[in-house]
Amino acid sequence: MLEHDVLVIGAGLAGMRAAIAARAGGASTAIISKVHPVRSHSNAAQGGINAALTDRGDEWEDHAYDTVKGSDFLGDQDAIEVMCKAAGQALIDMEHFGVTFNRDDEGRLGTRAFGGQRRARTFFVGDFTGQALLHVMFEQLIKSGVRRYEEWFVSSLIIEDNKICGVMALEVRTGQIYAIRAKRVIFCTGGFGRVFEPSTNALICTGDGIALAYNAGAELMDMEMVQYHPTTLAGSGVLISEAARGEGAYLLDKDGNRFMEKYAPNMMELASRDVVSRAEQTEINAGNGVDGCVYLDCRHLGEALIMEKLSQIREIGIDLVGCDMIKEPIPIRPGMHYAMGGIRTNVDGQTNLEGVYAAGECACVSVHGGNRLGANSLLDTIVFGERSGNHAAAACRDTDYVEFDVDKAVRNEEKRIQDFLDRPQNGDRIAAVRLGMGESMNRNLAVYRNEEGMKKTLVELKELEKRYETVPIENKGKVFNTDLVFALELGFMLDIATPIAMSALDRKDSRGAQARTDYPNRDDENWMKHLVIKKGASGPELSYAPVSITQWTPEERKY
Amino acid sequence: MDVKLRVQRFDPEAADPKPYWEDFTAAIEDNGTVLDALIKIREDTDGTFSLRCSCRSSICGSCAVRINGHAGLACKTQAKDMLVDGVITIEPAGNMPVIKDLVVNFDGFWDKIMQVEPYLKPEGPEPEAEYIASNEAMLHLSDVTSCIMCGSCFSDCTVLEVDPSFLGPAALAKAYRFTADPRDGDENGVSKDRLEELNKPSGMWDCTRCMECVQACPKSVAPMDRIMAMRDQALQAGFHNTNGARHTEAFSDSVEHSGWLDELRLVPKSVGMTNITALVGYAPIAIQAITHGKMPPIIHKKLPQSKNIRKIFDKVEGPEQR
Repeated sequence: MLEHDVLVIGAGLAGMRAAIAARAGGASTAIISKVHPVRSHSNAAQGGINAALTDRGDEWEDHAYDTVKGSDFLGDQDAIEVMCKAAGQALIDMEHFGVTFNRDDEGRLGTRAFGGQRRARTFFVGDFTGQALLHVMFEQLIKSGVRRYEEWFVSSLIIEDNKICGVMALEVRTGQIYAIRAKRVIFCTGGFGRVFEPSTNALICTGDGIALAYNAGAELMDMEMVQYHPTTLAGSGVLISEAARGEGAYLLDKDGNRFMEKYAPNMMELASRDVVSRAEQTEINAGNGVDGCVYLDCRHLGEALIMEKLSQIREIGIDLVGCDMIKEPIPIRPGMHYAMGGIRTNVDGQTNLEGVYAAGECACVSVHGGNRLGANSLLDTIVFGERSGNHAAAACRDTDYVEFDVDKAVRNEEKRIQDFLDRPQNGDRIAAVRLGMGESMNRNLAVYRNEEGMKKTLVELKELEKRYETVPIENKGKVFNTDLVFALELGFMLDIATPIAMSALDRKDSRGAQARTDYPNRDDENWMKHLVIKKGASGPELSYAPVSITQWTPEERKY
Repeated sequence: MDVKLRVQRFDPEAADPKPYWEDFTAAIEDNGTVLDALIKIREDTDGTFSLRCSCRSSICGSCAVRINGHAGLACKTQAKDMLVDGVITIEPAGNMPVIKDLVVNFDGFWDKIMQVEPYLKPEGPEPEAEYIASNEAMLHLSDVTSCIMCGSCFSDCTVLEVDPSFLGPAALAKAYRFTADPRDGDENGVSKDRLEELNKPSGMWDCTRCMECVQACPKSVAPMDRIMAMRDQALQAGFHNTNGARHTEAFSDSVEHSGWLDELRLVPKSVGMTNITALVGYAPIAIQAITHGKMPPIIHKKLPQSKNIRKIFDKVEGPEQR
């Protein structure tokens, strides 16, 4: 029997941080991931990690205020305080672990400016900070002695009497199904970017954990808040880091005008992401773009700076659209990037389900509220990953495993998977259903939204769910059956697409990432509250939760 | 544009499991990547086709395959540049057993990474704030830590092909990332214990400098260059007692002092003058050399222009060093 006090699902930054903390807290700990840990999507964070270091004259309160304002006052201020207070130590811990942060002239950690913040407090490794952090976290994971299940796909949860007993997992390499028993389960499964098409997110970002938790009765929160990043590459939609604008790049319309003057005269290109994405979309809609894009111009930054600090995004431009940012502006547009919402947790990662935790992008604490600041996501993963791991380790000291019939659980799951494989071969292809979902979401739940569009998507999702029931699985084999994995992932994505659209339709104001053309203003009187969505007997059930306000009174946002 | 691909497939569950070739045509954008084409095949043509891929932007390291015989990331390679007689040939990465189609078993790769104890090991006390280090030192390291563990170098390493015990380019570059880190090792940033380990057989001296890893690497790691830099570190840390170190020193001594290589004395100087067993092992080669008229001169004369060679050494190393 495979059993561990703490089982972490997902081995990105949050997951590995949680596992290391749980192990250090004395719990027997394992981490399970559908890909090898270093393939996780934390890799793709480019620009940096925020922290207010007091020895640099910065204060955590200033960072917290910028975060609160960035969230359009929907972020929970108590949680934001926790994150921003912990940031300095979290950053120094990562440096001590071995991250090769860029330095200033005195050899101390160097900073760059980032969107929505009044001072430069973003610490970075070139333009691949996430990758640098992820690989160092993996080094620490190796050192920690945490058991790793690499390329194991969690297909369902085992729950008895509303208590978590463990998970069912498919070992992708062999096709074997296993039950893994655990006292505490921590979801660190990342975001749901692939529910949208296109998205900056990796192909693995299918919201598995959010769907598993939701189906088990966990509350999801802020699901309507989907961040469109201002600079995603034409075509494939991969990310071009905010670091470019942090280093001083301009956004230009088709005539070479810096249009941000009209929208954020003080912060210009470094206004918060929701503001910049809306500005771009407005310009594109008004015919001031080219082929649905505007331009990111880095030429004036000079070759030396680009090669030292932005070399990887330069390569992406060359590799994918044949454009060298040293010599020419590159075509970009707003693109789906990040889920502010997710599994509702407290500051220790606990959910409404006993024994179940969540941290990182799959969780909603809520520190990002309506809009996440750039470089706060890496911080979120590390701070709340660690807190969840600590809490889970302590919590399982005086608890026992919940008993369940292991053989029956394995048999049931094997049958469920076999039924999948045995489907007739006459339905739509998996990719066709996924594309239908992604394009519908991106059409009607993008930068600008309205009731008509969102209702249309909800209808389309219903049809897609029907089509999903008959998608065939061509591959009948056991070994590395990615066809089966994609089918399971698509099921998870469809499970959460409707809650996203329903939440967005319900919120009748414009706030943070949600901009409704039919309700263009922020309405604090009626909508200064979180939307919570939970699976009920007859479908998703919406409710509301108050926003925590500690010291910053909501005000109009100007950049 | 339509792209033709010839893909090596493998199904371990087939009645007679052996690799075979299959041709596909995939419709992709004009500037589409090889990965776009492979995904198209998987999604629209054949759901049984397996490959690893995720980020599509050369950062996750999942999609290393051999494209026209050389390892690289499918997502970083434009399809139109790879057409040879109208076809792109795709095989799984090398030096690793194939699990299915383009999916290979990375266990051997990771075993070697684990062997170099891949985490920072500072010997002194930890500062309260960050370690103070120069930006240059960190930028240099960042070139190496930009390694995404894709296995391209491992795939095309010609030493691993014949000697699976070799640590290989990825693990050695990973090791260098620590030996060159001012925070690792003693207070001067010298990682003596690591260098001692890496100095052993199968370590840094087993690289034959074929450059394949540098060519295959999709990032700025240049593994072979790091291995060479690590050899310098080992010599500077006082590790002279290996064939490799002696060979390097004998080679450069000879060139420095006479202007050309004293091949006759290179072998005994490399393996050790008193290492009779090893010297006897070279006897057949020596006999062959004599019978084929390739015997180097017994008296090794200085070249008339050898002073100029020496000047080059002085310029590179500085006369005070010697």
